[in-house]
Amino acid sequence: MRQKQKNQLVIGMGIALFLFLLFLLSIFYTPFDPDMMNAKEKLVAPSFQHIFGTDQFGRDICSRVLKGLGTTFIIALSTVSIGAIVGVVLGAVTGYFGGWMDEICMRINDVIIAFPNILLVLIFISVLGVGQNNMILALSIVFIPSFSRMTRSEFLTHRDMDYVKSARLMGVSHFRILFVHILPNTVPTILSMLAIGFNNAILAEAGMSYLGLGVQPPTPSLGRMLAESQIYLATAPWIAIFPGMAIVLLALSFSMISEGLSKGGRS
Amino acid sequence: MNVLEVDQLEVTFFHGKEGNKVVKDVSFAMKEGEIVGIVGESGSGKTQTSLAIMQLLNETAAITGGTIRFCGNEISSYTEKKMQEIRGKEIGMIFQEPMTALNPVHRIGQQIEESLKLHTNLSKLERKKRAMEVMKLVELPNPEIIYHQYPHQLSGGMRQRIMIASALIMEPKLLIADEPTTALDVTIQAQILALLKKINQEKKLSILFISHDLGVIHKLCHRVVVMKSGKKMEEGDVEEVFHFPKEDYTKELLQAIPTRRMSFRKRRKEGMQ
Repeated sequence: MRQKQKNQLVIGMGIALFLFLLFLLSIFYTPFDPDMMNAKEKLVAPSFQHIFGTDQFGRDICSRVLKGLGTTFIIALSTVSIGAIVGVVLGAVTGYFGGWMDEICMRINDVIIAFPNILLVLIFISVLGVGQNNMILALSIVFIPSFSRMTRSEFLTHRDMDYVKSARLMGVSHFRILFVHILPNTVPTILSMLAIGFNNAILAEAGMSYLGLGVQPPTPSLGRMLAESQIYLATAPWIAIFPGMAIVLLALSFSMISEGLSKGGRS
Repeated sequence: MNVLEVDQLEVTFFHGKEGNKVVKDVSFAMKEGEIVGIVGESGSGKTQTSLAIMQLLNETAAITGGTIRFCGNEISSYTEKKMQEIRGKEIGMIFQEPMTALNPVHRIGQQIEESLKLHTNLSKLERKKRAMEVMKLVELPNPEIIYHQYPHQLSGGMRQRIMIASALIMEPKLLIADEPTTALDVTIQAQILALLKKINQEKKLSILFISHDLGVIHKLCHRVVVMKSGKKMEEGDVEEVFHFPKEDYTKELLQAIPTRRMSFRKRRKEGMQ
């Protein structure tokens, strides 16, 4: 069981690293200009020149998948970081101090959790307006509750432990206890939460862009490419297959990492 | 001069509006370099008394009467901020469970040095030097190696020594030891007691030693305070209290000590009857 989990972690990290390198590559080099249209080479099937084929405007899909990967990566990264930082701080403070502040924050959390995620994001976007930054903001707000709940429960169990008591005996301030003494003890949980969160963020970005609420054309995004490929599914399936595969690989790698990091796999 | 004076201390636990007094009218004083034992059964308020001195009572409990003076200053009225300077720097404390009292993710050296980091401006090298000194003081073998190890790599006795080391690194005037040997086996217990005695003599450190074990108290302390259900029953010189107890409760406690005089065979016989 442990060996299997370790393998999952290694494979997941391998795929994620590979995709990340592709993303870094795409900043400096893509086979073609991802936004360049070419009326002569519309809907070309995969060939040596265009290894993933071209879409309805004659744009090279390989280049667009590479660029789209980057867009998705950045959106997922910023969403998870904002959600995690706010969520962890909130959870740490409420779990450690408790009291009325804890009650209020957790009830607000309950309200956010009560709505389906997609619906909530739609509400935020309709208030804030369509666009990449607004989508990041909306998604991170939706991600805060899960992070803060998990962190809160960890801090609740740790705050009564003897090592926290003895830290207080040494005259350590509350702030230092929170972030220097307890936080490192919750790293395993937070890490696996980050991996799950990353996975969810990738899927949410793809979903939102598919609905046309996230990344705006012509910026390539994996979800958006999927949405545009719909009508050509029967005649030119490669337009859908390659972005779809990229999404699957990204999501798979992070769910494997989170599986490998989950508590059962650690000694 | 008295290092610690506890005067008519009263600690109350609150359940809603109702209060439950767990320490009632307890007074005692400690001189410099003295080891005072507080002895009593579970729930007699000995730990609450020590937590009250540190102002680390549970959220639902509070000091509702009396004063605590430390070196002439009334610390029972200090704010949390002022107490943070007293804790660790002036008064050190060690707990019963050395297994859980160390942070599992920090290295030993880091934990011993924590107080120095908070209360002094020493450089990293000076802190390490000081840590090595106290580790030698508490007779830890190979301090250089242990300095870089994690708590789970050490045994219970070693961890308790580390707790003592980190409590002593600021050279406090008073050490409160709340049943420091209860979780340890008898041989390690004897070693830790000998160590505390040695430090007491070398550094003129006052120790408030809390225990339910009369044997341990007898071995270590100069004076003893006997407590029962929150009240002080008796106070006096250890030899005096042990040989000529005044209170009935103290007599009962002393009779409860298993003695070696009763032979193993006889005890077994009695047990079988």
